[in-house]
Amino acid sequence: MTVAEVVERLELEALAAGELKATVAGGYCSDLLSDVLAHAQSGDMWITHQRHMNVVAVAKLKEVAAVILVRGAAPSAEMTGRARSEGVTILRSSASAFQVAGRLYQLLEG
Amino acid sequence: MPPKEKLLHRRVFILLPGNLEQAGSVSGDVRRELVALGVEQDIVRRAGVVCFEGEMNIAMYSEGGRIILLVADDRVELLFSDRGPGIPDIELARTPGYSTAPDWARELGFGAGMGIPNMEHQSDRLEIRSRLEGGTVIRAVFRRGRG
Ligand SMILES: Nc1ncnc2c1ncn2[C@@H]1O[C@H](COP(=O)(O)OP(=O)(O)OP(=O)(O)O)[C@@H](O)[C@H]1O
Ligand SMILES: [Mg+2]
Repeated sequence: MTVAEVVERLELEALAAGELKATVAGGYCSDLLSDVLAHAQSGDMWITHQRHMNVVAVAKLKEVAAVILVRGAAPSAEMTGRARSEGVTILRSSASAFQVAGRLYQLLEG
Repeated sequence: MPPKEKLLHRRVFILLPGNLEQAGSVSGDVRRELVALGVEQDIVRRAGVVCFEGEMNIAMYSEGGRIILLVADDRVELLFSDRGPGIPDIELARTPGYSTAPDWARELGFGAGMGIPNMEHQSDRLEIRSRLEGGTVIRAVFRRGRG
């Protein structure tokens, strides 16, 4: 499944669009940056409440397929600007982390 | 240890204290330079993570410092050094989950106490030296040319 398909199925809003044709390998849900650096896999969708510049740096380092901000969290213009220039995809959902993770799990593994 | 091979590349990054927003940038630069030098993708990934963790610790806990990137045929090294309080108990600081991060940093997702453990896990060798009220020096080595 591609990022674009997940965007459509989970009704996500794209705040910064990188490679939307990238394949989604899995997901990782965490608000702790070092935990993401240790355990997220490349191609994962990273589900988080964090919305600052370091999120873009971590997303890039781990080569995640996209970041999904939950509960409608609004990132700064600076963050989306950096994401665009780095080619990192930032998506947003109004649903909770629990709901987004559950629906993504169902799409990928169900 | 085989004799060390000639340096291909050396670069110094200066870090200011407290600037967490800017702090992700050195790991990005390191990553780009390693890619441009044709360093193995696995090392690019691991060195990027190690650099980010070291960079954040300098920004968060020290009064400023620098990161030196060294690339040779047989290895990549990252040398982190800072002026600051130092680490009173290095064994404790290496323990997963140990953190003295302030609340404001925890709200931003720091303070899992996983930074130094990540640096150890992602490098082939990690040496930490620290002097109280002096500063901290960390050397991370990545060996090239082996699977
Ligand atoms: N450069 C440094 N100078 C002084 N103390 C440091 C330095 N680096 C780390 N420490 C100390 O070691 C502790 C553990 O560091 P580590 O990077 O493992 O975790 P953390 O920074 O607290 O959380 P995380 O990295 O998971 O966000 C820190 O909380 C701090 O007390
Ligand atoms: Mg740390």
